[in-house]
Amino acid sequence: MANMSTSYLGKPTSRVDGRAKVTGAAKYAAEHNVSGLAYGFVVTSAIAKGRILRIHTTDALSVPGMLDVFTHDHRPKLAASAEKYGDEVAPPGSPFRPLYDDRIRFSGQPVALVVAEELETARFAASLIRVDYEQQQHVTDFEAHHGRARVVSENGESQSHKRGNAAKAFSQAPVRIEVEYRIPVEHHNPMEMFGATAVWEDDDRITVYNKTQGPQNCRNYVANVFGMAQDAVRILSPYVGGGFGSGLRPQYELPLAVLAARALRRSVQVALTRQQMFTIGYRAANIQSLALAAERDGKLASFRHQWVGMTSQFENFQRNYVTWSSLLYKCDNVELVQKLVKLDQNTPCDMRAPGGAEGLFAIECATDELAYAAGLDPLTLRLSNYSDKDQIEDKPYSSKELRECYRQGAEKFGWSKRNPQPRSMKDGNELVGWGMATGIWEAMQMKASAKAVLTANGSVEISSATADIGPGTYTMMTQLAADMLGVPIEHVTAKLGDSALPDAPVEGGSFTTSSVGCAIQAACREVQKELLRLAQRIPRSPLAGAKLEDVTLAEDGIRHKSKNVEVSLADAMRAGNIDRIEKEASAEPNEKSKYSHYTHSAVFAEIKVDEQIGVVRVTRIVNAVAAGRILNPKLAASQILGAVVGGIGMALHEETLTDNRFGRFMTHNLADYHVPVNADVHAIDVIFVNEKDDEINPLGVKGVGEIGIVGTAAAIANAVYHATGKRVRDLPITIDKLLRP
Amino acid sequence: MNNFEFSRASDVADAVRQMAADPGAKFVAGGTNLIDLIKEGVARPSRLIDITRLPLGRLDETGDGGLRIGALVPNSDLAYHPQIEKRYPLLHSAILAGASPQLRNMATTGGNLLQRTRCFYFYDTTTPCNKREPGSGCSAIDGLNRMHAILGTSEHCIATHPSDMCVALAALDARVLATGRDGERSIAFADFHRLPGDTPQFDTNLKKDEIITAIELPPKGFATNYSYLKIRDRLSYAFALVAVAAALEIENGAIKEARLALGGVAHKPWRDRQAESQLHGAPAIRESFVRAADNVLRDARSFGHNDFKIELARRAIVRTLTQAANGTPQSQGDKRIR
Amino acid sequence: MMVTLHVNGVANKLTLAPWTTLLDTLRIHLGLTGTKKGCDHGQCGACTVLVDGRRINSCLTLAVMKDGAQITTIEGLAKDGALHPIQRAFIDHDAFQCGYCTPGQICSAVGLIAEGRAHTADEVRELMSGNICRCGAYPNILAAIEQVISQKSAAPPRDGGP
Repeated sequence: MANMSTSYLGKPTSRVDGRAKVTGAAKYAAEHNVSGLAYGFVVTSAIAKGRILRIHTTDALSVPGMLDVFTHDHRPKLAASAEKYGDEVAPPGSPFRPLYDDRIRFSGQPVALVVAEELETARFAASLIRVDYEQQQHVTDFEAHHGRARVVSENGESQSHKRGNAAKAFSQAPVRIEVEYRIPVEHHNPMEMFGATAVWEDDDRITVYNKTQGPQNCRNYVANVFGMAQDAVRILSPYVGGGFGSGLRPQYELPLAVLAARALRRSVQVALTRQQMFTIGYRAANIQSLALAAERDGKLASFRHQWVGMTSQFENFQRNYVTWSSLLYKCDNVELVQKLVKLDQNTPCDMRAPGGAEGLFAIECATDELAYAAGLDPLTLRLSNYSDKDQIEDKPYSSKELRECYRQGAEKFGWSKRNPQPRSMKDGNELVGWGMATGIWEAMQMKASAKAVLTANGSVEISSATADIGPGTYTMMTQLAADMLGVPIEHVTAKLGDSALPDAPVEGGSFTTSSVGCAIQAACREVQKELLRLAQRIPRSPLAGAKLEDVTLAEDGIRHKSKNVEVSLADAMRAGNIDRIEKEASAEPNEKSKYSHYTHSAVFAEIKVDEQIGVVRVTRIVNAVAAGRILNPKLAASQILGAVVGGIGMALHEETLTDNRFGRFMTHNLADYHVPVNADVHAIDVIFVNEKDDEINPLGVKGVGEIGIVGTAAAIANAVYHATGKRVRDLPITIDKLLRP
Repeated sequence: MNNFEFSRASDVADAVRQMAADPGAKFVAGGTNLIDLIKEGVARPSRLIDITRLPLGRLDETGDGGLRIGALVPNSDLAYHPQIEKRYPLLHSAILAGASPQLRNMATTGGNLLQRTRCFYFYDTTTPCNKREPGSGCSAIDGLNRMHAILGTSEHCIATHPSDMCVALAALDARVLATGRDGERSIAFADFHRLPGDTPQFDTNLKKDEIITAIELPPKGFATNYSYLKIRDRLSYAFALVAVAAALEIENGAIKEARLALGGVAHKPWRDRQAESQLHGAPAIRESFVRAADNVLRDARSFGHNDFKIELARRAIVRTLTQAANGTPQSQGDKRIR
Repeated sequence: MMVTLHVNGVANKLTLAPWTTLLDTLRIHLGLTGTKKGCDHGQCGACTVLVDGRRINSCLTLAVMKDGAQITTIEGLAKDGALHPIQRAFIDHDAFQCGYCTPGQICSAVGLIAEGRAHTADEVRELMSGNICRCGAYPNILAAIEQVISQKSAAPPRDGGP
């Protein structure tokens, strides 16, 4: 059992929760119609900054079927200290406290919760609420105010980095580019809106069905905000309709539902509207300035990258945007800086590949520009600067099959047939563009626990307080447990999305399989050990003296690998006078590793554009990914496909427009905030290159949730340049920008 | 939604009677726009009068060889009706360029004409908007106006009419039949929708007590030389930045008759008879089309974010006329622009 | 108001306020939460159901206007535990991730096949564009639908549905 058998791992198993999802049986947060349920509807602020003078609730309260209107001056007691509102992924600062006081910090901030017997009553009554404000001058215009951005170091750390003399090297190099890229505010828009069904039991306990990527993160938040014991709060999120980062932190529907349930002493459901989904976190707008220089042969001489982004007045949200180039490209003269400007907006939050998606867009477009400036093929330039070392940490990689990604991706795409000359490739009246880019993402692992239960009749239950927001965590857990314990996957039940289960981190960062998967492996290993111990307690046990690595688990029992002997599951359990083995175990990352751990990809994009009209069609994408061991190629490929679609949206469609006069996001719906539809998406080929990594973690996995979006927007933007000869450096690449003279 | 009364109309006369009796009432059929507006608090009707059971779902030939389309014929049924596909493919194509299959299954012919603008200030009740709240001001003129009008605007409103179907109906010289307390009347399509002027709260010239009963198409369908080109921010399920309906009758290389209507550029489907008459007798070649486009856009005015729309409209007009002349209409399935 | 809705072959007599949407009626009053609320404004397609055999957005439909109608929701597609071919194909092609848009996608696909207007991949894409999938499963959704179209085996659901 030392070497895992691979009867399920690496196989394209279909989702174990597939049937529940295609039949409508899967229940999401706002779908638990518990008895006596009341409905809450949120009223949000119309202004971006100021104070609430008065909230007029009389009209609302007079609507038949109304229960109450909760506001900052009519609510049960909430924790006062801002730190009680923190959570495990909160950025440094003082978190927003919903309905806490009269201060308005951003447009769309919740100012009241209207609760009624019926949903429509609550919605109608909410429309009758009038709020008097004392309005103050707000600042929301990122473009106008980015000049006052500052480097923000938290806990002595900043993402800035310097080595060599970048300015001097730049001035002396023969090939130089200086460019500026822009990414606008983007919103995650998972299909399920945030919702919470707070099931009231008594004054001392609460159970909440909540849309979240981290049930325990939400449990701790509720306990802290309401001064409850952690074990008095239970958060359930068995099905989550997408997150993409928006559900990492608790959103305001959670405390509002709990607040109302505790005040009314009955169960309350609060779901946000799609419009209100634009009042929570978002991908921050940013401006990235890059100055790159190279020798004539394309060898990088200098790399300077400055990122300026926005954050709220009360928290400093930033991720690693600028250091990626030092992981990908050898260069001795580097200057990397990140700056933040505070605006009267809500705090940004992680959105698929936070930091990487933004940084690599600029880095990989600039690299393409440098290749053109040097007269080199963009892939050749990348290969000639390929780095086998993490130049930030000065460490080698545990594995890095990026060269193979380039090679296999280019071959599948047909890159060698590309005419590098912009505007040289045509198909009828459309110009054809081929572009490529590199992707990179951290391969992280967090501490996690799991419990495995094996019963005498051969059924297995595996559990951990993680989530499954769509990657297929249920399936991964099931496959792993079936494999480790030698049972058919039909005999395995996976449980997650419950804060009462063994500890797990939030589902994010592409670290769920590495973290929870390794915990499952450890828990199953404990079950194996116990089973062997019991099997050896049978009088004259045929497995006497056998070690764990000598035996294998099968459906019916525990079998010696070389001798033809076995002990049945039932006999082993009987020997211990038990009918089940239950083991919980944890796994954590090797903090002393001498290696850097990253996932890589090479993205190749074909676009066709009608130049006169400016309509761009993405006709083909090839994404070659090196992500260590792939446990389920079917579900892993779906992760890449979906992230590529997100990349198409980032490149061509997605933008939340702010009217700075009102300090308000105006495109707050799915008709004005465009995400790709079926017609926008054509052939997407996903390749997983072989990458063996025994160092990274016992499973050899890296995670595939983010990598698919990283580099995709750059590959498309580079393809647009190749097709048209036009560099559009501000996303999204819309018709108006292609029509610019 | 607000707590409106709900009633059903038993026949057209009853519908008119009920509407006249309640100044805050609205007719509801497909509901695809009205229910949305009620949820947003933009519309707050005192009563909804359900007209879906009225006998207005037929499509019949008229005495002069045209077609009479009942106001309740769903958009999808209309688009795929054999007579429409064969004789009025421009209308077929325009309908399929709009909304989604589900919405087209719900939306009715009459309701499509009464769609309100998709201006996001109109939709967001926290911002000033003269169309929603007369006298409050237009937020779009100095605000975010990428989607907004370039023709026929006023200092009070620069909203656009969102329909695709109506652009084709305008080009085809359809007529709108409406019944009110004063009886039935037939309204030329060009006179149905209006420009904002200083009363942008009114989208159409339909009277409060009138109900649309049918649309009449004249016999001439331009089934040979036509095209509907819709340009938008994604390839489907999005409102037009610019849409062009073109229909030509060509004889020996010369244009005998031309119809040209634009969507997404004005408060109403934009017809320009001066530009059309300039095309009459002209050769069906690019130079004629460029001249026509310049003519249509002679008074175009933009507001910053939508500056590009003037040039986009110019190019789209030329392209659509070219498609029509060549007999290679834009397909709404395959997204390659022909 | 008294309304009778025939949902998945079962007649339901309900007393509803006129402003209750068909979507909320299904989800709250009938407990059929398989039909999803993704935007509540006709901009995403998650709420797609079949009414008298046609796919529509239930969020923009008042329940009182569908008195007497035959409604098929995701819960009504599988027969006696056997999945509808589209449901099966969605699992086989991994045509979903989070699963939230899935019931709407599936009902929409059943409607699409019944309409018979989609003959090419581009036509399927276009005629499925009223259903947004933020997880980006579109290529797999296309593959699932193409498979069923090519098998021409999209069995009609019970009770006079599509």
